[in-house]
Amino acid sequence: MPAAAAIEVQGLRKTYDDREAVRGIDFSVRRGEVFGLLGPNGAGKTTTVEILEGYRTRSAGSVSVLGHDPEERPPALRERVGIVLQSCGTYPHLSARETVAHWASLYASPRDVEEVIALAGLEEAADRRARTLSGGQQRRLDLALALIGDPELVFLDEPTTGFDPAARRAAWDTVRSLRDLGKTVLLTTHYLDEAQALADRVAIIKDGRILAIGTPGELGVGAAQRVRVSWRGEDGELHEREVDDPTRLLHELTAEALARGGSVRELTVVRPSLEDVYLELTAEEEETVGV
Amino acid sequence: MSDVIALGWRQFRLERKQFWRNPTAAFFGFMLPVVFLLIIGSLTPASDRDIIIPGIAGMNVMASTFNAIAMNMTFRREQGLLKRTRGTPMPTGSYLGGVFGNVAFNGTVQVALTVVGGVVLFGLPWPYHWDELVIFTVVGIFSFTALGIAFSHVIPNFDAAPAYTNFVFLPSILLGGVFFDPATTSSAVLDDIARVLPISHFIAGMRGAIQPDGGLSHHVGDVTVLALWGLVGLWFAIRGFSWEQRRA
Repeated sequence: MPAAAAIEVQGLRKTYDDREAVRGIDFSVRRGEVFGLLGPNGAGKTTTVEILEGYRTRSAGSVSVLGHDPEERPPALRERVGIVLQSCGTYPHLSARETVAHWASLYASPRDVEEVIALAGLEEAADRRARTLSGGQQRRLDLALALIGDPELVFLDEPTTGFDPAARRAAWDTVRSLRDLGKTVLLTTHYLDEAQALADRVAIIKDGRILAIGTPGELGVGAAQRVRVSWRGEDGELHEREVDDPTRLLHELTAEALARGGSVRELTVVRPSLEDVYLELTAEEEETVGV
Repeated sequence: MSDVIALGWRQFRLERKQFWRNPTAAFFGFMLPVVFLLIIGSLTPASDRDIIIPGIAGMNVMASTFNAIAMNMTFRREQGLLKRTRGTPMPTGSYLGGVFGNVAFNGTVQVALTVVGGVVLFGLPWPYHWDELVIFTVVGIFSFTALGIAFSHVIPNFDAAPAYTNFVFLPSILLGGVFFDPATTSSAVLDDIARVLPISHFIAGMRGAIQPDGGLSHHVGDVTVLALWGLVGLWFAIRGFSWEQRRA
């Protein structure tokens, strides 16, 4: 079985009463890879993942997760899958360690409780009641609970949304350590840099459809990371340029300003938001379709 | 099968731990009922205690089962705790069995406290009809818990939970005969209302158990109505059961 894909999705559709959240998507996730579903809010990422996790039924298409149909919710599958949901509570009056130990008892062959607490970086908070944990510690507990059953496949739904930069980096390290442990990871995110930093392959999803699948390099996610520089010139006009590397342009602008003893007015240097990149990608998509 | 029971037992122990560590749960599920028993029992003239103290048993059992589980399920649904549990290999039966066991334990403790308190503090006799006491306790706890789970599906969010549960609980205890015997009231309307509410039938059984001329054979109708309420509650509890909060 190791050669088979961890996840196979074909023609998946999900229709709610009044709208189609997922409109026929196909992808497969290989064992041992970190696969990213990247898309803006409302693209259908969470719906897709929750179908794979067994929380939702699908309207059409076929889905296989570790060889099982998640819709049937076989206990054998739940033994082998770890799930980190978006904002999910635990028992507020149990300590982190008690919570992890309780979860360990739910699995046939769990990992060692102390080992998982250490892996999730929860040592300092282990004896504190869950209700007193900080947001970041709560997310570490989420991760510990997802890993305690020693899963082969881990679902991470927007694992860093709302994180400060330090917590985000720590979470990234954890995802990388999951890959080092040989786990398959399906990760959803609306952060471009996150998909780029973590995923072996990325599917870009928007309006319930997959626009492109490939490695971050293949998708040109890197190329799309251009920098936009804008400033007000001596003529009073607002100038704007998009460049791959702003070093030279900034040097020219500042050198020119210093030479005349003035300043670069209203200078901003921004990376395009995901929004911009999407506009670009979807525009390209429409062009391709149109040809 | 033994795994299902073993996991249910673990869940039960976890629920007990949670219960005692949660000041709100321990207060409303244990302390306040005890205080009510002490205060109301003391204020009641000795001649009325055989009516009022079983009434308090009804109130306390409803508070520690119906109210407690409606609030708790709403909280867990809103917090995503039910959803998280759903993603583990834990059998549904073990989880709900543990949750139910906790509530049933609290309800049983309340009946036991009222019986013992009634004898020791308020001069009531020991129950004449233990079989009636046991059967009404079992059926009552089952029914109030099933109704509480069913009712939690109506509660939109945890902030609204106290208002929703008290909207049912307060009229139930006032109209359901906690503080009077519906059979002796002069108001036909009050009597009719009491006849519909499950709590009045539960209290009728509790009263019957401590009266020499009571006994299960006199309250077959009461236990039947109570059980029917429980079955209706169970049907809605299962039919409407949701592991997640519905999205607005």
